Amino acid sequence: MVPLNYYLVLSGILFAIGTAGVFLRRNLITMLLSIEIMLNAVNLTFVAVGRYWGTVDGQIITFFVMTVAAAEAAVGLALVISLFRHRETLSPDAFTALKW
Amino acid sequence: MLALIPLLPFAGFVVNAFVGRRLPKSVSGLVACGVMVAAFGISLTSAWSVISHHAPIDQTVFTWFTSGDLNVPLALRLDNLSSLMILVITGIGSLIHIYSTAYMHEESDSEYARYFSYLNLFAAFMLVLVLGASFPVMFVGWEGVGLCSYLLIGFWFRKKSAADAGKKAFIVNRIGDFGFILGMLLVFVTLGTLNFQEVAAAVSSYGPETGMGVLTIATLLLFLGATGKSAQIPLYVWLPDAMEGPTPVSALIHAATMVTAGVYMIGRNAELFSHAPITLAVVAAIGTATALMAGTIGLVQNDIKRVLAYSTVSQLGYMFLAMGVGAYAAGIFHLYTHAFFKALLFLGSGAVIHALAGEQDLRNMGGLKKHLPITYWTFLIGAIAIAGVPPLAGFFSKDEILWKTYSAHWPTYHFLLYVVGLLTALLTATYMFRLVFMAFHGERRHDAPPEHPEEQEPVAGDATPSQVGTLHANTSHAAHGTSHLHDAPPAMAFALIVLALGSIGAGWVGWPHALFGGNNHIEKFLHESFLPPGGSHEPGAPAEGAPAPAAAEGQAAGEAVHEADTSTELMLMGISTGLAAAGIGIAWYFWRRNRNAADDMASRFSGLHRLLLNKYYVDEIYDAAIVQPIRILSTGALWKGIDAGGIDLAVNGVGLGVRGSSSLLRRLQTGSIRAYAASLFLGVVFILGYYLWR
Repeated sequence: MVPLNYYLVLSGILFAIGTAGVFLRRNLITMLLSIEIMLNAVNLTFVAVGRYWGTVDGQIITFFVMTVAAAEAAVGLALVISLFRHRETLSPDAFTALKW
Repeated sequence: MLALIPLLPFAGFVVNAFVGRRLPKSVSGLVACGVMVAAFGISLTSAWSVISHHAPIDQTVFTWFTSGDLNVPLALRLDNLSSLMILVITGIGSLIHIYSTAYMHEESDSEYARYFSYLNLFAAFMLVLVLGASFPVMFVGWEGVGLCSYLLIGFWFRKKSAADAGKKAFIVNRIGDFGFILGMLLVFVTLGTLNFQEVAAAVSSYGPETGMGVLTIATLLLFLGATGKSAQIPLYVWLPDAMEGPTPVSALIHAATMVTAGVYMIGRNAELFSHAPITLAVVAAIGTATALMAGTIGLVQNDIKRVLAYSTVSQLGYMFLAMGVGAYAAGIFHLYTHAFFKALLFLGSGAVIHALAGEQDLRNMGGLKKHLPITYWTFLIGAIAIAGVPPLAGFFSKDEILWKTYSAHWPTYHFLLYVVGLLTALLTATYMFRLVFMAFHGERRHDAPPEHPEEQEPVAGDATPSQVGTLHANTSHAAHGTSHLHDAPPAMAFALIVLALGSIGAGWVGWPHALFGGNNHIEKFLHESFLPPGGSHEPGAPAEGAPAPAAAEGQAAGEAVHEADTSTELMLMGISTGLAAAGIGIAWYFWRRNRNAADDMASRFSGLHRLLLNKYYVDEIYDAAIVQPIRILSTGALWKGIDAGGIDLAVNGVGLGVRGSSSLLRRLQTGSIRAYAASLFLGVVFILGYYLWR
């Protein structure tokens, strides 16, 4: 039986990796992938804590998160493709038309 | 049946207002005259049934509104007083409608229909005013005739002076109407009813107020309304300007009917006014002062209609004098005779203006007698009637007022009022015959340019800018030869002749007892209307020892006074007739025999002459005392101060604040996704941190 702390540490590491990816990478697709990593880190925490308490709540909410993540990925990738067609680039710094 | 009398002219208004522009002139004129004649017919039968049955007709059309104790039905009442009024309104109104069909014939079809729709609407409201059985119903008519007056004064609204005159009339009347409303409310609060009959019944149990009580204040407020509507000091200034309207309108509204509404209102509330002796004294004083002031102004004016307008103001002053000394019947009697001869004089002046194609300045007239015989003779009859020469109508009513003033017991200064009344009678005869001599006698001065001082023109050098402005028509019509002058067309001549007959004979119903034993039917007839319901005592003489404003009024007391003072009354009649003759003589001397004498008088008393010519500078005083302060207050304080400085500043300040703060906040929109993500991340960290470590 793997103790709960291991899971939590792992998910903390994954979350940090995802956050770092969002902040540091200069490619929209990579940033989307980093967000997926963050979401899955959270999913891992839910499942682990659910098992620790012996309930199914964690697994149910994980399904919800996965559904939302799928929808988000679909919309996000569509936007990225559309943006790429306009500017021939995937750098987030190229899209600042709406700044002050 | 009673409701039909105002409804018929209203139906005429509806037809002419909505489909009139598509109708030819003959049809819209026929509709307008037809409804008036029909209303006159119904008025005759209704009045006859009132007289023959000795019973007023009451009709409640429907309940208008109910609120707490206040229950106002739309009730009409036809008694002796209102029968006389509806006969005057529909009778003289019909004649003036017929006259108008010819006078307004040069207007286009739609303008013609508009004119008649207003005239019909006026008649409908005027009939509501006199038939209304309570203050609110009367007030509907009161405001309605004010509206129609405004519309008709400004009928030629493309002319700025006409539009301004309409506004002036409306605004000045509004001041009076405000007093009327307050008076009405005070009556309701005090007596708990607004019905005239119930007011009279309720007030008849009171003693006359010796001080400034609630009845005095209420009646003074009502009288303020009357001064506005009936053009008395201090609110008379609108009536001379109202002459900008078409002349038949001046005859109907500003001479015969609407301006008498104030007199009628006091007559309707005779019992109420009788219980406020101070108000009666004020009414008599104001009436007399107005009569004298307007008479003196009328003496020097050069616009034919303005002379008649000031004459109207002066005669209305007479009526208020009669009301003030408690001689209600004499006041209404003068209202009735005045309606005939003043309508006649206005229509006659309209015929002159019509013949001269718009010329109104007396200095450009003269010698019209042989070209306009019908107009001349009818106008002369009117002038004799107003001057007070027996046995024409004006003599009886004016003499009745003077006699009642002389023999009154209240106010204490009634003898002074009598003397001023006599003086005004002299002035009346003088200015009317000045008009006759200047317009109809002598040589044609039609082509004389008014700007050049000529020996034939007594006041040419003093023409004020406003008077020069009225002469604009002169140059364009200077080319008209004498042969172009035409006398009144048949429709106008018909009205003139009927009114001339009325001016001769209308006064005979009030033949005084002192003169060959007449029996003054009109006074006995009207007297019943001034009594409170069921009461048989004298109005205004309810208690011993108190001031009795109407002691000379009425049958029983009146008979005794007449018997005792027949010789005095005859002597006073002689004096006033002599004064009328003297006035005519003065006019004949100055403006017929020796024109230079008038010039000499004008230059010798040039200060006085200029004062009169400029109407005592009352318009200028009002402008300086009321209009300009209001304008300065409105511009400086209310507009520039409160509106621009306060309200606008607040509204604009909100906008500026939003704009300023957003110009700072927009800097947060950097366009860098990382910055957004970082702020989101930090926000989450802070919130979580707060919950975890609190």
